[in-house]
Amino acid sequence: MIKKTKLGIAVTLAATLSASVAFAETIKIAFVDPLSGPFATTGTNGAAEWEFAAEELVNKKGGVLGGKKFEVVTFDNKMSGKESLIQVQVAIDQGIRYIAQGNSSGIAAAITDAVNKHNRRNPDDRVLFLNYSAVDPVLTNDKCNFWHFRFDANADIKMDALTDVMAARDDLKKVYLIGQDYSFGKAVAAAAERDIAKKRPDVEIVGNELHPIGKVKDFTPYARKIVASGADSVITGNWGSDMVGLGKAIIEAGFEGQIYTYYAASNGITRTFGEDGKGHLNLVHEGQLNPAPSDRASAYVDAFEAKYPDHDISQARIANAVEMLAKAIEIAGTADDVVPVAYALEGMEHDSIWGGKVFMRPDDHQAIQNVHIGAHTNENIRHPLDNSEYGLLDTTTVEMAAMDSPTTCKMKRP
Amino acid sequence: MDLILVNLIDGLVFGLLLFMLSSGLTLIFSMMGVLNFAHASFYMLGAYFGYQISTVLGIGFIGGLIVAPIIVGVAGAAIERYGLRRVHQYGHVPELIFTFGLALLIQEVVKLFWGQNQIPYFEPAYLDFALFSVGDNAIKAYKVFMIFISLTIFGGLLYILTKTRIGMIIQAALSYPKTVEALGHNVPFVFMGVFGVGTALAGVAGVIAGPALGTFPGMAFTLGSIVFVTIVVGGLGSLWGALVASLLIGWMTTFAASYNVRMEDILTGIGLSKPEVMSDSMLQDLWTLTLPQIGPILPYLLMVLILVFRPQGLLGKRES
Repeated sequence: MIKKTKLGIAVTLAATLSASVAFAETIKIAFVDPLSGPFATTGTNGAAEWEFAAEELVNKKGGVLGGKKFEVVTFDNKMSGKESLIQVQVAIDQGIRYIAQGNSSGIAAAITDAVNKHNRRNPDDRVLFLNYSAVDPVLTNDKCNFWHFRFDANADIKMDALTDVMAARDDLKKVYLIGQDYSFGKAVAAAAERDIAKKRPDVEIVGNELHPIGKVKDFTPYARKIVASGADSVITGNWGSDMVGLGKAIIEAGFEGQIYTYYAASNGITRTFGEDGKGHLNLVHEGQLNPAPSDRASAYVDAFEAKYPDHDISQARIANAVEMLAKAIEIAGTADDVVPVAYALEGMEHDSIWGGKVFMRPDDHQAIQNVHIGAHTNENIRHPLDNSEYGLLDTTTVEMAAMDSPTTCKMKRP
Repeated sequence: MDLILVNLIDGLVFGLLLFMLSSGLTLIFSMMGVLNFAHASFYMLGAYFGYQISTVLGIGFIGGLIVAPIIVGVAGAAIERYGLRRVHQYGHVPELIFTFGLALLIQEVVKLFWGQNQIPYFEPAYLDFALFSVGDNAIKAYKVFMIFISLTIFGGLLYILTKTRIGMIIQAALSYPKTVEALGHNVPFVFMGVFGVGTALAGVAGVIAGPALGTFPGMAFTLGSIVFVTIVVGGLGSLWGALVASLLIGWMTTFAASYNVRMEDILTGIGLSKPEVMSDSMLQDLWTLTLPQIGPILPYLLMVLILVFRPQGLLGKRES
C-alpha cells in the first residue's frame, strides 16, 4: 500500500514536472470571470473567445518571440469581487503576468486596485490587467493606472455614438430612459441625459427611471407607461433577462419607435427577440460582423462557430486584445517584464481584424476605435447570432469615436 | 383613464397567473402543513416541457398545454409517493429541507438539459396579434387567452372542491385525515392526488407564462417568493383567499410600476422642506424614492401587515 502511494506520488511528480517543462515556453494569460452561477454563459463565451483568439491569431502563426505560444488559463471568480482577488493572486503565484477580466465594472475596479498595489510592492513580478469588457468610465479616468488597459469602448463613448445617431433623426421628439437600479444603469441614464441635452436640446426626455435589477417579474406595466408617454425612442443599459423582458414587453405593448441598447444581442437574447425585435432594436458596439468587414474576419468567425457552435463572437474586441498583446510583446522583446510591454501597448495603432484601426490612447489606456450602431434583423446577415437567422447589421459607424474626449486620468509611469 | 383600464387588464393577467400557482400551493400546504419550496420549480418545468413538446414533438402549443401539465403532475405525484411520504414521518423540518433540495435539483437539471440561456419559447402565431387597443396600448390576444384559461381552471377547481363527492373527501382529508381514514378512505392516495394536481396546475401556469414572461433557469426563483406571499396573504388553505390575494398583488405591483409617485412630493406635501443639497442629506435615499422602485417590495410589506393584524390571512380560518 505504502509502496503504491509512493509510486503514485512519484508518477504525479514526474507528470507535473514534465507538464511544467512542456508549458515553460508558453505565455500565460489568466482569464478571471464567472464560469459558474447565473452569469456563467457570458463568462464561458468570453473564455472560448480568448482561447480561440490566442490559438488562431498567435499560436497558428508561430507564436511570439520566436515560437512562444499563448496559453489562456481560466479562473472562476463566481462573479464576486472577493473571489476575483483570490483568483488573481493565485494566477500571480503561478507566474502569470497577464490578467484578463471583463464582466462587471465593480470587479474590474477591485482588480485594477489590487494589480496597482501588487506592482508597487513587487517590482520584480509585475502584471498587466487587460480589461476587455468592463465599461465604467471611471476605470480610465479617476481610477486609471499604468497597468490597466481597456479594449472596449467605455459607456460614455458608446452613449456618445448612440446619441449621435439619434440626434441625426428628424423624427426624434421624445426619449424615455429606463435601466437597472445600480451604478451602471445610473451611469447610462446620466450620460444619455447629458448628451441629448447637448446635441438636441429640443428633444424632450419624457421618462427617466430605474427598476430593481433582476426582480421585475412582468415588465408590462413599465411598457404601458412608455407607450403612454408618447416616447418615440427608448434608451436602456439593461442586460440578461431584464433586457429580454423589458424589450419584449415594450414591443408587445404596441410601441412603434426605436429601442437603443448596449447588450440586446447574443447569449440567447437575439434568438428570443427573433422577428419581434426587427425594426425596433439597435445596439451600440465595437467590432463589426455584418456587413462582413473582410474575408479574413469572416473566415475567423466561421472557424469560431465551427469550433464552438454554442457560442458567438459577442466580444469582438478580444481578438484585438490578443493581437495587440502579441505585438507589444514582440516589440518589447520580452514577455516576463511587463513594463516594456505596457509601454509598447500604449500609443499602439493596430489594424483590427474587424476593419479600421484601434488606437490605445496613452493618456488613459482607453482603446479608441470605430464604434458601430447595429440593427437587429435577418436581412443581409452573413454572421448570425445564437444559431438563429438574426444578427446585427451595422447601419452607422462613428470613426475613431471619442478620439479627443477629455480624461481626468493622471497616469503615473514607472 | 386609458392607462387605468390597461393596468386593470395587465394586473388581472398577472394576478390570475399567480393564482394558478398559489391555488395548488395552498392546497398542498393545508395537506402537508409546510410550504413546498419546489412549487415554483414545477412551474418552470411546465414551461420547459411545454416548449419541448410543442416545438420538438411538433404537436403545437395546445398540445404542449395539455401534455406538459400531465407530465409535471405525474412527476409531482411520483415525488410525493416515493419521496415526500417517506420523509413525512420524520416531521416538518425534513419535509421542508426535502422540497428545498428538490428546488435546487430541478434548477440544475433544467440548466443541464436546456442551458443557461433564455430559450425561444413563443406564443403560437394564431394568438400573437393585438386583439384590441386601449389608447395606444395594444392588448394581445394571448393575454385574453391567459385570462380565459385561468378562469376556467378556477371555475373547475371550485366546482370539484365544493360540489362533488371527491371534493368533499379532499376537504375532509385535509382537515381531519384520521377521521377520514377511519371512514375507509385512502388518505395517502388523496394526498398524492392533491400533490399531483397542485403541481400540474403549476405546470399549466408555466406553459402559458413561459412565452409571456420568458423561459429561463431563473424563472422559478423570480416568481417563487411572491407565490408564498400570496398564500399567506390569502389565508393558508383557502381557494378564494388565494384568488383574492393573487388579484390584489397583481394589481398592486402593476399599478405601483405604472405611476411615478415620488416620495419627494409626498414629503413636501405633508409640510417637510426638501434639503438644499441632496448629497449631504442623511435621508437622501428616502427623498429620491419613487413608487416603481418600491413596487416589487409592496407585496412583502402587505404580508407583514397581514401577519400582524390578521394572522390567519384575508379569508383563512384561524388555526386551532
